[in-house]
Order: sequence, then structure tokens, then C-alpha cells
Amino acid sequence: MTAAFLFLAAFLACAVEAVEAATVVVAVGLTRSWSSSLRGVLLGVAALAAVVGALGPALTRVPLGPLRLVVGGLLLVFGLGWLRKAILRASGYKALHDEAAAFERQVARASGAPGERRGWMGGDSYAFTLAFKAVLLEGLEVAFIVLTFGANAHDVPLAALAAGAAIATVVGLAAIVRGPLSRVPENTIKFAVGVMLTSFGSFWGAEGAGARWPGSDASLAAIIPAVALLSLATVAYLRGVRQRSIDRSPTGAAA
Amino acid sequence: MATLKKLAGLPRSFALFWWDFVVGDDATLAIGVVAGLAAVALLHHAGQSAWWGLPVLWVIALGASLARAVRRGS
Repeated sequence: MTAAFLFLAAFLACAVEAVEAATVVVAVGLTRSWSSSLRGVLLGVAALAAVVGALGPALTRVPLGPLRLVVGGLLLVFGLGWLRKAILRASGYKALHDEAAAFERQVARASGAPGERRGWMGGDSYAFTLAFKAVLLEGLEVAFIVLTFGANAHDVPLAALAAGAAIATVVGLAAIVRGPLSRVPENTIKFAVGVMLTSFGSFWGAEGAGARWPGSDASLAAIIPAVALLSLATVAYLRGVRQRSIDRSPTGAAA
Repeated sequence: MATLKKLAGLPRSFALFWWDFVVGDDATLAIGVVAGLAAVALLHHAGQSAWWGLPVLWVIALGASLARAVRRGS
């Protein structure tokens, strides 16, 4: 069961970050230079591989107690951050993340930006740098999630497999669409990832600090639905608060 | 001179990057998590059941963070 959750969490987290990176790469590829954009992607992937290669084996040698304390705490901070944004988006307090709009913004910026011509960057330093930064920054969080999930569950290869499958899926879709991946339900996926990270972070963090969850690993089967239900209830409550606030305002009542 | 200034600013940029990467928009969540982990460790050392301490504190932190965001957005 933990293996299935591990695969799902790593796959979804990686897919959602890959969609964001792919949006930038396709936008600068279409408007500036595919050669520079793809060289930036390759260097970004190489830098990520170096981080994973250096940290992966080191993490597996850290004793499980301290590893779970630190990693559980960090996963929980990440998870709560994702959940907070997802709740605010689902309840209407924050605009939904729109890949089509992000793509248009990126295209507009890239079209007007100057770029130096450097051979090893494929001719366009702007396209190269933007693609490199997108892959490295979006990938860093995923690399962290994959490594820590894998190390905690003693199954880094499974987490890496899930990440690879997610990247292959998103790259395949981006190659077919050659545009923004706006049909991917990104906000829903982010909500699910937030629930998973928060649940695993709570479990590992508390165990790392010395506590024992009732039922040990089996408690995850209760923690995950509990976090999901609490989040959905919060969304429903905040939607109600927002609706009442709109109804009370003069412009809202008129509408 | 400009290069020296750039080099001097590197540690600050590095620290800011990691602060933004880990803590993000709202430090309340990170504070709640650290307080929750400390509460669990204290309860455990006192010989009490401790697993509930972390969820209780992150629920409070998330609630406070959401309430602040809602106040700003409404």
C-alpha cells in the first residue's frame, strides 16, 4: 500500500512541476529558438541528475530517525504550502493557475526580449537561460520529494521510476500539443499532491520526533482521507464565507 | 569592483533562495511545523502519547495562514 502511495505521490508531484516547466520551454522554443531551449533543458536535467546523484546515496545512509524528523518536517512545510494555495484557489480567493494564460505571458515576454548570440547555448542566450532555469527550479522540488519519499520508504528506484514516468508523459503530451498543456487538471493535481505530502510529512515527522502512530504504517490509510476531508471541508466553508461576503457587498447584491 | 560586489552578494542570494524555496509565501506554516515537532518530542520524552501533537499544531497554523489570506483577499 505504501508503495502505491509513494508511486502516486511522486508521479503527481513530478507531473505538475513538469507541466509548468514544459510551458516555459515550449513558449521560448516556439518564439525564440528550439535549439537553445532544448540545450537549456539538457543542462537543467544534467544539473538535477548531479543533485540526485550526490544526495540520493547520502540520504540512504542517514539513520532513519533523524532522516524522518528532518525530511518529514520539510515535506510537511512543502505539503501545507501546496495545500494552502490549492484551498485558496478552490474557494475562489486566489486565481486558478491557468497554463494557457501563463503560456501567453511567456510568449509575449520572450518575443520582445533581447538575447546575446552565443554558440554553445545554441545561438540564443535568453531562450537557453529561461529553459535551464525552468527545468532546474521546477525540478529541484520534485527531486527533493522523490529522494526523500524514496529514502523514507527504502525505495528510491520506485520513486525515480514514478518521476521518470511522469516526465515521459508530460514531454510526450508537450511534443504532441506544441502549446500550453491547459487540459491537464493542474489545480486538482496540486490539491492531491498537497494532501499526500501533508499526510506523509505528518506521519514521518511525528515518528522522527519519537511518536508512534496507532497502527504504525496502516495509520496512513486513515491520515490521507482525514487530511483530504479536512481540506475539502475548509474549501466548502471558505466558499460559503466568500459567497456571503459577495452577497453583502452593494455590487454583489445588485448582480 | 562590480565583480567583488556580486561575489559579496552571493551568500545573501543563496540564503534568500533557500528561504523562499522552503518557507515560501507564509512563515506561519513553517513555524507551526517546527512547533508541532517540538511538541511531539516533548510529549514523547514525558512518556505521553505524542502522535496527535503535530497534526493539531499544523491544523492551527494552516487555519491562521488561511484566515490571513482571506482577510487580505476579501
